[in-house]
Amino acid sequence: MADPVIEREVLIEAPVQVVWRTITEPDRMSQWFADRVDLVVEPGAHGYMQFGDQGGPVVVEMVDPLARFSFRWNHPRDEEPVAGNSMLVEFTLTPEGDERTRLRVTESGHELRDWPDAEKQRYTEDHQGGWADFLDGLTNVVVERQLG
Amino acid sequence: MTAQADDELWSAIADPSRRRVLDLLVSHGDVSASWLAGHVPFSRQAVSKHLVVLEQAGLISRRKQGREVLFQVDDGRLDQAARAMADLAAQWDRRLATIKRLAEAAHVEATGHVEATGHGEATGHVGATGHVGATGHVGATGHVEATR
Repeated sequence: MADPVIEREVLIEAPVQVVWRTITEPDRMSQWFADRVDLVVEPGAHGYMQFGDQGGPVVVEMVDPLARFSFRWNHPRDEEPVAGNSMLVEFTLTPEGDERTRLRVTESGHELRDWPDAEKQRYTEDHQGGWADFLDGLTNVVVERQLG
Repeated sequence: MTAQADDELWSAIADPSRRRVLDLLVSHGDVSASWLAGHVPFSRQAVSKHLVVLEQAGLISRRKQGREVLFQVDDGRLDQAARAMADLAAQWDRRLATIKRLAEAAHVEATGHVEATGHGEATGHVGATGHVGATGHVGATGHVEATR
């Protein structure tokens, strides 16, 4: 079970097919994501994204056409990305009628590992807001300390 | 990838168990490893490991008080972590906004062209209703793809 670091969503006035193509076709990805995208959207495919003079490998994890697309990145060079050494980015598309799509993206880090299920459950319940709350908490603490 | 915090900071904070430890340190400050172990669902050994990682990432520091070793958070580093996460969230917001713009434009273009096929390529002859359905007409050909 992944614990999202970032969870954002947007409502798009376009059918799910159009949104799917926008997020998965390399020539379109290069318009919203990296400057250059070499990637075949197939499970297990290895690709590369170039950002300015930086870049990094990406590996496609899951492709469920029109519904879900995920990839891993930010793993150490010369290592295969797995849970624990990389970040998982996952897009989820949900049609809302024929002309609208809700697009959600999560970026998650390490898994909740080595914990008994009951503890995972409790932790998840304790942290419903997950990272958003944690981030708010951190920011508040930082601001309070700076003011104090 | 600009907003990425350095790897150590990132992986230190991406692990939920460590975040739990960090949460406790943020809210209680100046506590010992044993105290922490009494407040988390994992072992004293695990707590010690997490403390080492957090310390290496510069998020916490230790000091000796009598025979006890107490841990506390480093405000500056915490601030940096909070900013890194806020930046990452903002980065995804920008990407989602761009995806929205691209998908909506593609959708408008596609539906626009569908109508254009009805009206034929008689540019400017909008209202040349006679052409409606004269699909063979469609010099608009290439555009049809755009609707798929």
